[in-house]
Amino acid sequence: MTLYFTKDHEWLRVEGETATVGITKHAAEELGELVFVETRDSGTVVKAGDSVAVVESVKAASDIYAPVDGEVLDNNPQLSDDPARVSSDPEGEGWIIKFRLSNPEQLAALMDADAYAAFIA
Amino acid sequence: MSADTLLHTPLYTLHTEAGGKMVPFAGYAMPLNYADGIMAEHRHVREHAGLFDVSHMGQVRLRARSGGGEAAAHALERLVPADMVALKNGKQRYTQFTNEQGGILDDLMVARMGDSLLLVINAACKDADIAHLRAALTDCEIEVLDDRALLALQGPEAEAALAVLAPAVRDMKFMDVLEVDVDGTPCVISRSGYTGEDGFEISVPVTEADRVARKLLEQPAVKLIGLGARDSLRLEAGMCLYGSDIDETTTPVEAALEWSIQKSRRRGGARAGGFPGADVILAQLEEGVSRRRVGLLPEGRAPVRGGAPLYADAAFTTPLGKVTSGAFGPTVEAPVAMGYVATDHAAPHTPVVAELRGRAVAATVHTLPFVAARFKR
Repeated sequence: MTLYFTKDHEWLRVEGETATVGITKHAAEELGELVFVETRDSGTVVKAGDSVAVVESVKAASDIYAPVDGEVLDNNPQLSDDPARVSSDPEGEGWIIKFRLSNPEQLAALMDADAYAAFIA
Repeated sequence: MSADTLLHTPLYTLHTEAGGKMVPFAGYAMPLNYADGIMAEHRHVREHAGLFDVSHMGQVRLRARSGGGEAAAHALERLVPADMVALKNGKQRYTQFTNEQGGILDDLMVARMGDSLLLVINAACKDADIAHLRAALTDCEIEVLDDRALLALQGPEAEAALAVLAPAVRDMKFMDVLEVDVDGTPCVISRSGYTGEDGFEISVPVTEADRVARKLLEQPAVKLIGLGARDSLRLEAGMCLYGSDIDETTTPVEAALEWSIQKSRRRGGARAGGFPGADVILAQLEEGVSRRRVGLLPEGRAPVRGGAPLYADAAFTTPLGKVTSGAFGPTVEAPVAMGYVATDHAAPHTPVVAELRGRAVAATVHTLPFVAARFKR
């Protein structure tokens, strides 16, 4: 299992060819309490940079982008009833979407935890 | 505008000390929210009392060069559709500056204070409003009160909190205005606001603003509230945001603000018309309009934001208008919005469809406000 981070303040936990994606604690703090989360359907094939989810606070909607190419496998079913889970535990219970990676070599361009910590410092 | 060219209000230090997330707003660095976040701040105002810094708004004193307050009231009626002459001393009223097409240049509060009128205008419209007043009312002195800050204290516990520093506020009613000392500082207080809750706006000398704000914050019921909650509170209260819900292309009648145009200024009234766009607006009052501002309650949990197109049908074949403000309403605990629809779809309970990310979201026309006002009448 390896953890990656993006400049869009998302994290990816990669296990085999599956990546679980969510927003970082830093992003969750910036957005404030979320009131709605919507994701693309399972089976959707996406390219890195495509919008795959929308998270909404009281004030604004923010897109979640696919960090790498892949196919949507699943989304977090808890979030439709309890979107605030993303705010309270963004890097755990508040995960948003799972992908099957189609170009795992793209992971090399992402940041590790130390690089991300430096990025937001 | 870059961060270092933004203006600061007299409470800037207080905001940053309190952890305010500062954002650019109408040329000022203003707090979007503090540590608790928009949802908690919103609820705090509905349940207790919230302190807002609204010092970015313009405060203007208008005096007639000859004659007293009544002359000033007559003069201002040349620019607004409300009855200013009948506005009693110590009372406040909502109105709009209109243009020749009947559109709205800004909305404002006007208080009659003895021989002068006190105007509170929107931050983003300040310069244009002042130029407009000076150009049109050459018979008046227009004094910009930039030596005064403006605080809003809103919520069911606002009266008790403010009365500790200014006991006289207990006797004020909704839309009363009073010159009174707050903890020894001479202030002008109105019992009004932008949340739908009982509350006050406190015009305080810039030099004392920080001190008075901190005094209010010593009260356990009072917390600082940012612009984010201010927006969701006013939206639930059905109040317009200038630049979103009303602007130069919307008339007061289209915007469902005809309650702010008294009989005396309508056709057949004692001082009918006489303001910019009166021909358009007075005709609309009698003949109706083709679109109206309405409240909208979207189904489901997804907020429908300003800009979303509205249709009569899920196939998007019959356009009705668009959403002008939308958010998640923390008190309603559901998405709330307002927007303009064709008048034949403006009746409460009419089903409409909003387009959200290409999909159809069912919504229902809802009477405004979404949350009942709790003013002290």
